[in-house]
Amino acid sequence: MILPLLAWLVLALLILAIPAPFSQPYVMPAVAGVCGAAAVAVLGFLAFGAEASEIVVPVGLPGASMRLALDGLSGVFLLLLFVSAGACAVYGHGDRESLAFFPLFVAAMALALLAADGFTLLLGFEAMSLASWAAILVHHEEKASRDAALLYVGMAAFSAACLLPALILLSPAGDRIDGLGFAAMRGAAAPEGFRGVLVLVLVVLGAGSKAGLFPMHVWLPLAHPAAPSHFSALMSGAMTKVALYVMIRVLFDLYAAPPPAWWGVPVIALGAASAVLGGLRANLEGDVKAVLAASTIENVGLIAIGIGVALTARGGDLPGLAALALAGALLHAVNHGVFKTLLFLGVGAASHAGGSRAISKLGGLIHRMPVTTGCVLAGGSALAALPPSSGFASEWLLFQSVLAAPRIGGLGLQIVFAVTVALMAVAAALAASAMVRLIGVAFLGRPRTPRGAVADETDRPARAAMLGLAGVSVALGLLPGPMLRLINPALHALTGSDLAERAGLLLVTPTSVALGYCAPAVAMLVGLGFFAALLVLRRLAVRGHVRGPAWANGFAASPAWLPFGDPVTQYGGDSFAQPIRRALGGALMAALEEVDMPAPGETRAGNLAIHLADPAERYLFAPIGRLRRAISSRADAMTFLSIRATLAVMFVALVVLLVVIAWVQA
Amino acid sequence: MIPAFLAALAQVLHVVLMLAMAPLLVGVLRRVKARLLGRAGASVLQPFFEVARLLRKQPVLAHNASFLFRAVPAVAFAATLAAACLVPSFTLGMSLAPVSDLLAIVGLLTVARVSLALGAMDVGTAFGGIGASREMMFSTFAEPAMMLVIFTLALLAGSTNLDFIAGVLREGALGLRVSLGMILVACLAIALAENGRLPVDNPATHLELTMVHEAMVLEYSGRDLALIELTAALKLLLWLTLISSIFFPFGLAIAAAPLQWPLGLAVWVGKVAALALGLALFETAVAKMRVFRVPEFLGVAILLGLLAAVFLFVSTGFAAVT
Repeated sequence: MILPLLAWLVLALLILAIPAPFSQPYVMPAVAGVCGAAAVAVLGFLAFGAEASEIVVPVGLPGASMRLALDGLSGVFLLLLFVSAGACAVYGHGDRESLAFFPLFVAAMALALLAADGFTLLLGFEAMSLASWAAILVHHEEKASRDAALLYVGMAAFSAACLLPALILLSPAGDRIDGLGFAAMRGAAAPEGFRGVLVLVLVVLGAGSKAGLFPMHVWLPLAHPAAPSHFSALMSGAMTKVALYVMIRVLFDLYAAPPPAWWGVPVIALGAASAVLGGLRANLEGDVKAVLAASTIENVGLIAIGIGVALTARGGDLPGLAALALAGALLHAVNHGVFKTLLFLGVGAASHAGGSRAISKLGGLIHRMPVTTGCVLAGGSALAALPPSSGFASEWLLFQSVLAAPRIGGLGLQIVFAVTVALMAVAAALAASAMVRLIGVAFLGRPRTPRGAVADETDRPARAAMLGLAGVSVALGLLPGPMLRLINPALHALTGSDLAERAGLLLVTPTSVALGYCAPAVAMLVGLGFFAALLVLRRLAVRGHVRGPAWANGFAASPAWLPFGDPVTQYGGDSFAQPIRRALGGALMAALEEVDMPAPGETRAGNLAIHLADPAERYLFAPIGRLRRAISSRADAMTFLSIRATLAVMFVALVVLLVVIAWVQA
Repeated sequence: MIPAFLAALAQVLHVVLMLAMAPLLVGVLRRVKARLLGRAGASVLQPFFEVARLLRKQPVLAHNASFLFRAVPAVAFAATLAAACLVPSFTLGMSLAPVSDLLAIVGLLTVARVSLALGAMDVGTAFGGIGASREMMFSTFAEPAMMLVIFTLALLAGSTNLDFIAGVLREGALGLRVSLGMILVACLAIALAENGRLPVDNPATHLELTMVHEAMVLEYSGRDLALIELTAALKLLLWLTLISSIFFPFGLAIAAAPLQWPLGLAVWVGKVAALALGLALFETAVAKMRVFRVPEFLGVAILLGLLAAVFLFVSTGFAAVT
């Protein structure tokens, strides 16, 4: 019942994507309405048992129809998608530049999540990439946007080139087109040996490059900031999750047998590398939206760790642990989707009002934009995993699953988990530091530009969208138990176990013993302490306060012509990053500080330049780029061959292809 | 009914005692350090007088201080107090024992740290920035070390619940373990860094180049500063109590048996006093290290934590957990 409704709603989104001048003002409200209805429908579906269903849509490849399905797993991701897409549509109500792409983008993601055969999945996946590619190109007059779009579309093509063969490997031999149906894949024998490993590699590469997993993450900090804010929000919040959904769907559902335990290890390793590197980059980026994009890499890494632990536990025949780890991954995917959407919207509003995306040109926005700053604080506390926020609840589950994981056994595996715990903690601390830097430099302090000093609070619908998302994020933090109940059907289907006994309304526990994390109790304790402190101060302490110039250890008061003091005397983005850059940046990001200090007596200005290089760019992408240039310059020569040589080349190519076909047929 | 009442009573007594003992601990620490340095030192009650004096003073806020700046002292205090509620001091089995999760305690301390760092950034002075950025860098190394300590404890006891861990260790079923010794050293190093003690930070200085915690709270004055000083003292007591209840769990009472409470109280005071004495001796003997040596200092703690976990895997064949 719900599934046909969702199919119609996706169709409605596709119709909204048709550009027509008269409909322009109504597109975004209509998208918001459709997303709201769909979110309510999916919520109802998950709350009432999430019974899987499948329908056939009479369009598709010649001789085959598209199949759509809805079950617990896709329901969780659809819920996240529609909630954040609805908020983004409300926020972007005034958008006219990328109007057609937004409904298309949402519809494509929904299609990828609803797909029940390989063709539909890839159709949705690629339409999603192309719609967001177009959004990146909205500002195509900037060279950075064009470069980002080129890299982005290249990575999208790479991920399709990986996912298609993976799906074909999973489908039963024989009928190739019907075999791409998910039901047929589940029924077929799982590929074994090197073909099985190939499935793992292709899926991790294909889905990982779209999700931003190390080392395929380089496009995220370039592409996400280039798009309009409501697009970047949806790209970080929802699109990376669609890629993770594909990874979970293939590894836990379509691959019929439980894979060997070691399959989880590469996923955990890549996840841990992404978490640390993403967290570090979030501390070093100078563009506020790039900071958030880098933190998306970190969170995708954490989710991947959860997926990897679940995979290992499933191979080690510990369904309870697998359910715990997968619950952590799914809950973190939902929580991150919500708070990262919120943060992108808030930071987008701030950079629009402040006139710059550079962190060191913003500042002091809390006075001019209190609502936006409050929403960013709510999202930032979840990003920094502060209890009782939503980010803490899901990271708590992830930590619990890794803490319990040594039970799987094997000394090597146990050491992997010990190192993973440490790296996850580094990532969490780096995320907290990045959050303090982002909010502390861009929203607190004194304005750094005249434009920033007169920034205006964003408009009413945008504020409503952010407040709504902040409310959802706070609710997810206070009540992780009910959200886990909604995830339970997916866990049950994928791992054979669930958290039914472990996720209560108030208390969430890692084992069946009633010792765990109780978000309402923590919130109540902090709230009681806060109000008790205020009450005691009111009773015992003197009232009121005095205003004066900042103390700053006796620094001179600001002169009259600089009413906020000299803005350059406060810490900026690069200076806040300095301790972490020196402690970790040298080893991981090849950080180099180049100091140009004029000799005494010289009147020119001194300069401090900072050079950073991502290891994936240096050791992977740069050599690939050189290889590509080398090949293309060689291939260029072929356009200048004589006619005889051209014919010879074509003839040889034809013979080679025929031989290959003959060999494959045999 | 009666056990629940006793548990609640123990909880309330615990909170009151933590709040009352915290300034006293700081006073004793300063007095002992002064005597070790050959000075007379102020009365051990001096921190109480200071708080009372500050409470009578209106804060001076910078012109551009926002609402966040004014809320920070209360938020940091509330988060630290909430964490302090969860750490068993003289007795196990208090009302909040089922939720006294170590990860939640660490998380609440992070709330306090992050809110102080945001408060430091709010006025937009260089001191706030230097303190906040260094504090966040320290935490990048302290958190993995602490998480490895928790990992080892969870392997030994099978849970991250502090009350449960202390109960298991108090029974002595696990015996003396090399791993426990390693994470004790790691824990001491983390506690020094978290509380801004020597050799990581000097709580008694206002010299620009060495300040971390003091730089963060430089703009606070009056009753706000009183709350911040109380928070710092409470955090120190919390860490000493945490270390004593995990690594020296003897003498812990049971909430349901109030006759054990006086002994538990006496033992708790004794343990904290011994740790404070050790801290004073240590701080008198060492010099402050450069800021960029701190990652190495905490790196040793990380390494010890990792070694403790690996040692546990190797030595027991890992039977303790299953």
